[in-house]
Amino acid sequence: MKTTDNLSFQEKYERDCQRKRRMVILARILLLAVFLLLWEGATRAGYVDSFFFSSPSQVLLCFAGMVKDYSFFTNTGITLLETIASFLLVFVISMLSATLLWHSKKCSEVLEPYLVVLNSLPKSALAPLFIVWLGTGINTIIVAGISVAVFGSIINLYTGFRQVDGEKIKLIYTLGGGKRDAFFKVVLPGSIPTILSNMKVNIGLALVGVIIGEFLAARRGLGYLIIYGSQVFKLNMVITSIIILCVIAMGLYEGIQVLERCYRKRI
Amino acid sequence: MEQPLLELKDICYSYHSLEGETPALSHVSFRIYKGEFTAIVGPSGCGKSTLLNMIAGLTAPESGEIIFHGGSPEQVTQQPCTLTPSCPRIGYMLQHDHLFEWRTIYQNVILGLEINHMLTPERKERAIQLLKDYDLYKFRDKKPNELSGGMKQRAALIRTLVLEPELLLLDEPFSALDYQTRLSVSSDICSIIRSTGKTALLITHDLSEAISLAGRILVLGRRPATLKCDIPVRLTLTDDSPLASRNAPEFKDYFNRLWKEISDENHRQPEFSGKI
Repeated sequence: MKTTDNLSFQEKYERDCQRKRRMVILARILLLAVFLLLWEGATRAGYVDSFFFSSPSQVLLCFAGMVKDYSFFTNTGITLLETIASFLLVFVISMLSATLLWHSKKCSEVLEPYLVVLNSLPKSALAPLFIVWLGTGINTIIVAGISVAVFGSIINLYTGFRQVDGEKIKLIYTLGGGKRDAFFKVVLPGSIPTILSNMKVNIGLALVGVIIGEFLAARRGLGYLIIYGSQVFKLNMVITSIIILCVIAMGLYEGIQVLERCYRKRI
Repeated sequence: MEQPLLELKDICYSYHSLEGETPALSHVSFRIYKGEFTAIVGPSGCGKSTLLNMIAGLTAPESGEIIFHGGSPEQVTQQPCTLTPSCPRIGYMLQHDHLFEWRTIYQNVILGLEINHMLTPERKERAIQLLKDYDLYKFRDKKPNELSGGMKQRAALIRTLVLEPELLLLDEPFSALDYQTRLSVSSDICSIIRSTGKTALLITHDLSEAISLAGRILVLGRRPATLKCDIPVRLTLTDDSPLASRNAPEFKDYFNRLWKEISDENHRQPEFSGKI
């Protein structure tokens, strides 16, 4: 079937979809460009004090300086390392804990209120304790990163495991399998979408925890640069570090998205 | 006298909750012989599925015995899994196909073999052969969502048959399908079961389905269910297919008798008009 401009309806639909997608990307870029231009223009015209609010050109200069003296690489590297270490440990701890809770109903009934309380607790309140227990170093920061994400992650994964269709588990039993088969053949593969969406949340939370840790107990890292910059009024450094953090957060999230896309392709 | 493949003696079972006890089955006894296709019908919630769960060893009866091949009842009620060499192999088909969407059709079919560590080349070959026999071979590498409802139900049956069960338990396996698919799939599956000479026990709400597929119908009463009657089905057939049996002259009488048995005495009894 052809439309008036000699395209089939399917071709027209695909063209419209592409056009909409391009429009969204263009609008995103335009929004950023307008914001940067207004910011730069306002500081140059003197409407906004660049000492307090910096400006895109000063951020670029600061960034170039950080690249030149390698502080960009060392600080970003250490924050990335701590975040990835926290994220991986959160993943392992929460998978093992959720598996244990799924396996033992009694255990889950006993632990449930504790998990809820620990998840609701503002984790920054624990950071001073971590410093006393573990000192000021990478361990404290990784533990801070873990503490922010791990309890919510356990609750989410356990809920995901529990939501797997009971009839599918029954099928495993009818085929002669046991609880172990039910877990590895149904619960785990059936929960992969939940695990992936949980990972997306965790990567962001791990970064939050690491930055809290770096605020309080670090001599390196982007969190340290932000707190140090604010104390000595180097606001260019603060804003540059925040922008680098944004890029890291986006990159890490995108990494999980790639993982998710690979999984969806296999299904 | 022929030894029954399966014998249920005085089975009783109740559901328990904090609100109290609900008796479900009360002194249910019957025998199933090798090669029989038996249907169980009864009102909703009368404990038909619970009965199948007990036969499969998933739930233990509160009292009574379930005996296979005249063996000791302890052997049966204690085993949660049915695939030990000393026990009869039981295949269980559920209401939905429950094919796992993360596995291909072939991987779904061999799931039971994997679980029971029976993945030998011969058994894999048998799985392939069953896929070929039932027209699913070319779909072996497809995911379940690429197949029709009927094909998925056939794949689910192959997943059960590949374990070579002696007794097939069918828990309303066609109820999730639309009417047209249901007629053809039930006909297909019945032919497969008959051709393999399996003993089958079917639970259904559909009286026409029970008459057209089974050689014997057990009627359970309302909760707490007892066995109300055991009706052998003898149809005059020109063709052995379940679809053709719906046109048998005795079909209407069986339908009316079954309806009378299961319908509440307070309700009006509709006469079968001949429309199936």
